[in-house]
Amino acid sequence: MLEVETYPTVGEAANAMDDQARFLGGGTLIMNRVNYGDRRFNRIVRTTDASLSEIRAEGDRLEVGAGVTMASIMASRDLEFLSSAARAVGGPAIRNMASVGGNLMAPHPYGDMAVALLALDAVVRMVRGEELSLEDFLARRNGVVRSLLIRRPQGDEFRFRKVSRVKPKGVSVMSMAAHLTRSAGRLSGVRIAYGAMAPTPVRVRAVENALEGVSLDHAGIAAALSAATEGLDPPDDPIASGWYRREVAPVHLRRLLLGEDAR
Amino acid sequence: MNAEYRKDLFADERSDDFDVVGKPVLRQDIMGHVTGRSKFYDDHAFDGLLHMRCVRSPHHHARIRSVDSSAAERQDGVVRVLGGRDVPVNTNTLLSLINFGRDDEPLLATDKVSYVGQPVLAIVATSVRAAQEAVDAVNVDYEELPHVLDVEKALKPEAPIVNDEYPNNTFDYFDTYDHQKLRFGDVETAFSRADHIVGGEYQMSPIEQAPIETCGAIAAPETNDRITVHTSTQALFFSVGVTAKQLDISSARLHFIGGTVGGGFGGKVDSHHEPLAALACLATGRPVKYMWDRAEEMQVGGPRGGERWRIKDGVMRDGRIIARAFTGFFDAGAYTRLSSYAVQKSTGHLPGPYSIPNVASNVYCVFTNRTPSTAMRGFGITAADFAIERHMDKVARAVGMDPIELRILNAYRDGDMKAHRREAKNCALIESCQAVAQKTGWSLSGDAARASSKTGGGEGALGVIPATVTDDEGRIGERRRSGLAPEPFSGKGTRGLLPEGHSSNNSSAFGNAPQRKDMEAEVERLGFKGATGVPATLQEPADEATSSARPTVPRETAQTTHPAGARGGPSLPAAYTQRPASTINQPIAQPPAQASGTPAAQQPVTPPAAAETESETATTHFQRGVRRPGVSRFISGSRRR
Amino acid sequence: MKSPVTFTLNGSESAVFVDSGANLLDVLRRGCGDLSPKYGCGQGSCGACTVLIDGEPHVSCLVLAETVAGRSVETTGGLASGPDLHPLQRAFIDGFAAQCGYCTPGMLMAAKALLDRNPSPTRSEVEEAISGNLCRCTGYEPIIDAILEAAKQRGAA
Repeated sequence: MLEVETYPTVGEAANAMDDQARFLGGGTLIMNRVNYGDRRFNRIVRTTDASLSEIRAEGDRLEVGAGVTMASIMASRDLEFLSSAARAVGGPAIRNMASVGGNLMAPHPYGDMAVALLALDAVVRMVRGEELSLEDFLARRNGVVRSLLIRRPQGDEFRFRKVSRVKPKGVSVMSMAAHLTRSAGRLSGVRIAYGAMAPTPVRVRAVENALEGVSLDHAGIAAALSAATEGLDPPDDPIASGWYRREVAPVHLRRLLLGEDAR
Repeated sequence: MNAEYRKDLFADERSDDFDVVGKPVLRQDIMGHVTGRSKFYDDHAFDGLLHMRCVRSPHHHARIRSVDSSAAERQDGVVRVLGGRDVPVNTNTLLSLINFGRDDEPLLATDKVSYVGQPVLAIVATSVRAAQEAVDAVNVDYEELPHVLDVEKALKPEAPIVNDEYPNNTFDYFDTYDHQKLRFGDVETAFSRADHIVGGEYQMSPIEQAPIETCGAIAAPETNDRITVHTSTQALFFSVGVTAKQLDISSARLHFIGGTVGGGFGGKVDSHHEPLAALACLATGRPVKYMWDRAEEMQVGGPRGGERWRIKDGVMRDGRIIARAFTGFFDAGAYTRLSSYAVQKSTGHLPGPYSIPNVASNVYCVFTNRTPSTAMRGFGITAADFAIERHMDKVARAVGMDPIELRILNAYRDGDMKAHRREAKNCALIESCQAVAQKTGWSLSGDAARASSKTGGGEGALGVIPATVTDDEGRIGERRRSGLAPEPFSGKGTRGLLPEGHSSNNSSAFGNAPQRKDMEAEVERLGFKGATGVPATLQEPADEATSSARPTVPRETAQTTHPAGARGGPSLPAAYTQRPASTINQPIAQPPAQASGTPAAQQPVTPPAAAETESETATTHFQRGVRRPGVSRFISGSRRR
Repeated sequence: MKSPVTFTLNGSESAVFVDSGANLLDVLRRGCGDLSPKYGCGQGSCGACTVLIDGEPHVSCLVLAETVAGRSVETTGGLASGPDLHPLQRAFIDGFAAQCGYCTPGMLMAAKALLDRNPSPTRSEVEEAISGNLCRCTGYEPIIDAILEAAKQRGAA
């Protein structure tokens, strides 16, 4: 049978974790598994620690608590750049519950917010203060996250796009995010991330490399579009086949990069 | 409300004193819906409610070597574990209540599983979680078998047998054929005269009804030794009958409450929850809920079956379609449920709303190792119509004709004879096409714009049942032996010819006695004193040897040819307002002599005289009640569809 | 293991013992006897179980019941005040915005959350507000119309 343990601080909650336990954030992932009788765990660990829900400036970065919900992101002026990604997650009820920390753990094809955070090169701060890149975190996905550290993008250099069959809310065929930094009028050091194109949200190095030093126009991005799915093996699922994802990815990448048809 | 209706078209058909249509009328259940007080099946509280979860097959097809539930039975909260042997009448087919088809589906699988998700055991526990945990603790030893997931692969002689009751992987029609036939006129001759032959293949995937309320039932003990069952069913009396049969108890002991359904769309007719919940209620003496979760609803809930259609048209240069042949494959999944009926429904719908004087179809109800499919909104028609209308567009391109004008040219008109031998009445396709064209700014030629459903119908050959070529291809078992091609007239079967006839009620010429058997009164049960000579007993489903002796098309009459003179005349260009059909049907030549090599046992015979008494109206009655081995002796009441 | 939880349900104090790990939907339905929120998926996809917690919509099937301790929960069961229907209920009746009625309680709560925050929403704001609620009888248009109509009636009142 299932046990629920509630701790006043996230540190104590983290200490209570083991492989038979799951950390409850907003509940949208864990309660789903509870409802379906997942027997891989028999303990739910949660905390009432209010610090997990804080958004605060830390130097030139923003620290976003792991328990901050999608609705809170949409309501925050400081996090306006993440509003479109937050809005891409579920309907209003889900957004009142789903947390940033939980989104990092969301199984395929979910995790749209993590895609945006990958392109922003967010840093994951664990409960005990250890910091690691989001990319590294996604590779192993364990431990309890305290917060994310995000550098605010400038101007319009951050773009996010979610492709779904149903509007205004639908599961991702794919989601894409780009951080388009420039140097002397040309793209330089850009970061591109995809969701629902691999088992976890991923950075797409082939596209990033093809965008280095080019201008942001049809001619400039041509090589990047042809490398759109290089090294990726998109999964089949009820939303779309891997084949379909591969076929349409260049189209959506172009729209993302050139800011076309921005929805 | 601005409902538009065409009084100019329907003046004779409809009364003009409507006082309901066009005005809002409040739904009687709306107050419950907006206050959250409508009682759906799960909106009933019971003390000590138990919950049921099923152990399900992880394989498409596997033999069950053994089932070990001992660990599950010892778990906390587990009250009862039920298997197929605990079900008094474990095997059923839904339409057995109207004597259509053989019992082929176990409520709980015992010997083998034939689709992913098929239930093997039902576990009753004090909580959903306890039941889930017990399900995980059951050990079923499966021996995987080869499986088949494609309808045409399932028709190959070497295909694995999906459903032991139907070893040909097809539902048996009239205990004679492995498919449902439609024959009207002579498509082969017409194809040879056509200017164009247009073929096409169309397919529709299975579709899940996906009601927001998942299927389920709660069965609770009531006073007076009855069981109250709250159910999501769309077919309450079906569910009562099925439950009475499978539990072998009187339906008078079953108090079924339903009707408030959280979306059904056809997916709530399958009656599997009620018997299991009621059985568990009997076994435990406590209220039991069996409710699918969303994953089960999607995986195990019977969808609209996938269909594949091939259409071949013979078309004249002017766009008239003079012949249309269909081959259809319905994917029934592993068990019959309602697919047998869907095939008949679709056959009755062919060739679509068009007057085509030569039509043939072979439609197969095929068993595959997929989730059994069932009803869904117009099933039997939807995919056939999709195929037909896509094909009409293809024909239009082939003859270089406007697709709407092609439809108007070929549309049924009042008085035309349909392929299922009924006169077309109240036709409105032409007017619908004209309205569509008008509303979309599509320009029609003068003839097409002036055409009317009320004129030109039933003229010449289009008003009569044409002389019809028949064949006996596809007798049960033949395909298993020799892998016959499935298309109409593509095999080497014996041909016959039915004479032309005007009567749409001339059904005796078509020898459908087995079908009519369903309609006969059960004499000794009802004490029916009508006509004598009504067969009083219902035969068990015939096996292959006896099936061929069942009545079928009487080909003794097949030697009649007819002069086409009455409809003769020169070949005329098509005019929309008049459709001389003279060029459509040529006299049909003498049929080929009957193949001499046909074994005598295979010879069809005429229906027994008793079934063909003069007083057909007196002898043709709905059968009341059910008398079949395996059917509860206690089912009461009549069953009508 | 059961633990006690106290919260406000439709304005009245409610105390109930909940099973460990139980979701709010089950507790409302079985523990409190409020059968208005419905089970449709248990995974937050359909919205039939939508309730308001402290005024904000939540899918109750994914809310761990004990997390509502001390909070305020509203359901469709408490939408009418005595015999007087809420303007949304009235508009759903008049606008034929329910067919089978199973999604209706969730739709009403999602709509109430919107109108409480935004008394005169645009059509696209209404669409967004009910975007987490599925209606399989596909009556979205009358539902959207009814919500807009309720906003209008409320504004006029």
